[in-house]
Amino acid sequence: MSDAEPIIKVRGLTKGFGSHLVHKGLDLDVRRGEIIGIVGGSGTGKSVLLQQIVGLLKPDSGSIEVFGQSVQGTPPEQYKQLRRRWGVMFQDGALFSSLTVRQNVEAPMREQLDLPNALRETLAGIKVRMVGLEEVAHSKFPSELSGGMRKRAGFARAIALDPEIVFLDEPTAGLDPIGAAAFDTLIRKLQTTLGLTVFLVTHDLDSLHAICDRIAVLAEKKVLAVGTMAELMEVDHPWVHEYFHGPRARAALKTEQDEKVP
Amino acid sequence: MVQQGEDTSRDQFRRQGADVAAIAKLEDGRLVLSGRLLIDTVATLAQDSHGAEAIDIAQVSQMDTAGAWYVVDAQRRMTDGKDDVPILGADDMQQQLIEVVRRNMPLEDTGSATRVSLADRVEALGRKTAAGARIAVELTSFLGQVIAALGSMVIHPRRLRLTSLVHHMQEVGWNAIPIVALMSFLIGVVLAFQGSVQLRQFGAEVFVVDLIAISVLRELGILLTAIIVAGRSGSAYTAAIGSMKMREEVDAMRTIGLDPIDILVVPRVLALILILPVLGLISDLAGLVGGAMMSWIELGVSPAVFQARLVSNTDVWHFLVGMIKAPFFAMIIGIIGCYEGLKVGGNAESLGRLTSTSVVLSIFMVIVADAIFSVVFALIGI
Repeated sequence: MSDAEPIIKVRGLTKGFGSHLVHKGLDLDVRRGEIIGIVGGSGTGKSVLLQQIVGLLKPDSGSIEVFGQSVQGTPPEQYKQLRRRWGVMFQDGALFSSLTVRQNVEAPMREQLDLPNALRETLAGIKVRMVGLEEVAHSKFPSELSGGMRKRAGFARAIALDPEIVFLDEPTAGLDPIGAAAFDTLIRKLQTTLGLTVFLVTHDLDSLHAICDRIAVLAEKKVLAVGTMAELMEVDHPWVHEYFHGPRARAALKTEQDEKVP
Repeated sequence: MVQQGEDTSRDQFRRQGADVAAIAKLEDGRLVLSGRLLIDTVATLAQDSHGAEAIDIAQVSQMDTAGAWYVVDAQRRMTDGKDDVPILGADDMQQQLIEVVRRNMPLEDTGSATRVSLADRVEALGRKTAAGARIAVELTSFLGQVIAALGSMVIHPRRLRLTSLVHHMQEVGWNAIPIVALMSFLIGVVLAFQGSVQLRQFGAEVFVVDLIAISVLRELGILLTAIIVAGRSGSAYTAAIGSMKMREEVDAMRTIGLDPIDILVVPRVLALILILPVLGLISDLAGLVGGAMMSWIELGVSPAVFQARLVSNTDVWHFLVGMIKAPFFAMIIGIIGCYEGLKVGGNAESLGRLTSTSVVLSIFMVIVADAIFSVVFALIGI
C-alpha cells in the first residue's frame, strides 16, 4: 500500500496568525484506507491543520492536495464535489441545535442531493443507528443529549454521505474511559465497513494505541515524525520521547499488550 | 479520480467498474443489479421486483450504505413470509456492509398520527393556564429575591457593583437619549397637528396646549419611553444573561460563591430604575418642544403663549403622575429581562425564543401596569 499515491498530500505548508507562526514548511501524507492519528502539544496547530485541509482556513503558502486535487486552487463548483467526498466531525459534535439528531444527519443529504423525503429519513435513520444511538435518541435535540451521544451524532452527520475521508477532531476528549473505548471501537468498525480513511486529531493515548495505523507528531511548526507506534517509541526528540514514554503512555501501552487488538 | 492503487480490499469495494448509473432489471427470476449503487442513484432505481427469487449484485461496481439499504429493502419486500431470498455475488466488503445495514434498519414506523380530541384540547388549555400561573409565581418570587438583594445592599453598600451599575446606566440611559428624544419630539408634533385640526372646528385652538401637555406628561412620554427601553435594553439583558447562562458562566459564578442576582441582575435593574425617570423627563421635554413648534407653525400659538398657558393651566400633578410610574416600569422591564435570560437553556434556539418573549412580555406588562395606575390615580382623584 505504501506505493499508492497519498489521498491527502500536504507540502510546504506555512500558516501564521499575525506574527505568530503556527506551521512552517509542514509536509504530510495520508494513505488511502488508514487511520492516521495527529498528536502534538496544545497550540501546535492540529486543529488549524485540519481546518486548512478541509478548506476552512487558507494557508499562507504551500499546497494541500486531497484526492490529487488542490483544495485551495479549485473553482467553487469543483470544491463542492470535492467536499462531498469527506466528512468532518468537530469537537463536541457541533450539531445544529435547532434540529433533531436525525434532521442533523439529514442536513447534508438535503443540501447536496435531491432525495425523496422517506428515503432520506430511512438512510439517516440507518446512519444514526450505525453509530450506536437508539431509536429514542433520533428525535431528540442536541441539548437533550449527553456529551458522548452528541459526539456519536456528530460522527453520524460526518458519514451521512458515505465519504471517503473522515476528519475527526478529538472524538474521545471529554468521554469517560468506557465511552472513549466504545468510540474507538466504533471508529474502527465503521472504518472497515465503509472503507474510510480516518484523519484523527487526538490527545488520547489509548486511541492511538488501539486504532491508529500511523501517528504523525506535530511539533516545532512541522510534522516532526510519522510512523507506527513502535517506530515512534524509538524517536529521540525530547517531546516525542516524553510523550510516548511518559507514565500515561506506558500505562496505555501495557493494556494494549495485555489484550492485543487484532 | 479515485486512485487504482494496489488492490486492497477497500479498493475492491470502491473499485471503478464501468462508469454507469445503477440499473435494476429482472432476469430469469432474479433481480439483477449493476453499475454504481450509490446514494445519488438508488432513488432512481425501480422498486418493482415482483416474482424475483434472488438478488444478484455481482455486477455492482460500487456500493455505499444507501446501496446496501436498497439491497436489504428489496430483499425484505421480496421475502414476504417465504424463506430468505438469497443475495448472490457479494464480495466480502459488500457482504459486511449489507449485514451492518440490515442490523441497523430503522424499525417499522409504528407511530400513527393520532387525532386531536376535544379532551386533548381542553388538556392543552389547562396545561397552558397552569404554565402561565407558574411563570407568574416564579416572576413574583424572582422579584422578591431582587428586592431582598437590593435591601441587603442598603445595609451593606459595598456589595453593590458600582462599575457595573455605571456601565449599565450609560448603556441603557445615555445611549438611548437620541432615540427617545426623537421619538417623543415626533409624538408631540403629531399630537399638535391632529389636535389643531379637530380643535379648530370649535375655535378652541389654544386648548391644544392642554391636550399636548396632559397627554405627553401624564401618559405618552413615559409609556413610549418604557416601550422603547423594553425593546432596546430588556432584550439586551435577556440576550447577555442568556448567553452567559448557555456557556455555564452563571454556574461558574455560583461555584465560586458569587451570587448571579448580586452580580448580574441587581446592577441592571437598579440602572434601569435610576435612569428611566431621567429618560422620561427628557422624553417629556422633547414632546413639549415638538408640540410647541407645531402649534406655532400650524396655529400661530407663539412659544411664549404656549409657555404661559402650560404653566397656568397644567397642574404639576400631571407631570408627577408620569414620573411616579417610571421606576415601576423600569422594575418590570428589568425583572422580566433578567428573569428570561436566566431561564435560557443549553441551545441557541431557546436564547432567541426567550429574548422575544422577554420583549413581548415586558411591553405587555408595562401597559397593564399603566392601566392599573390610571384606575388608581382616578380613584384617589389626581
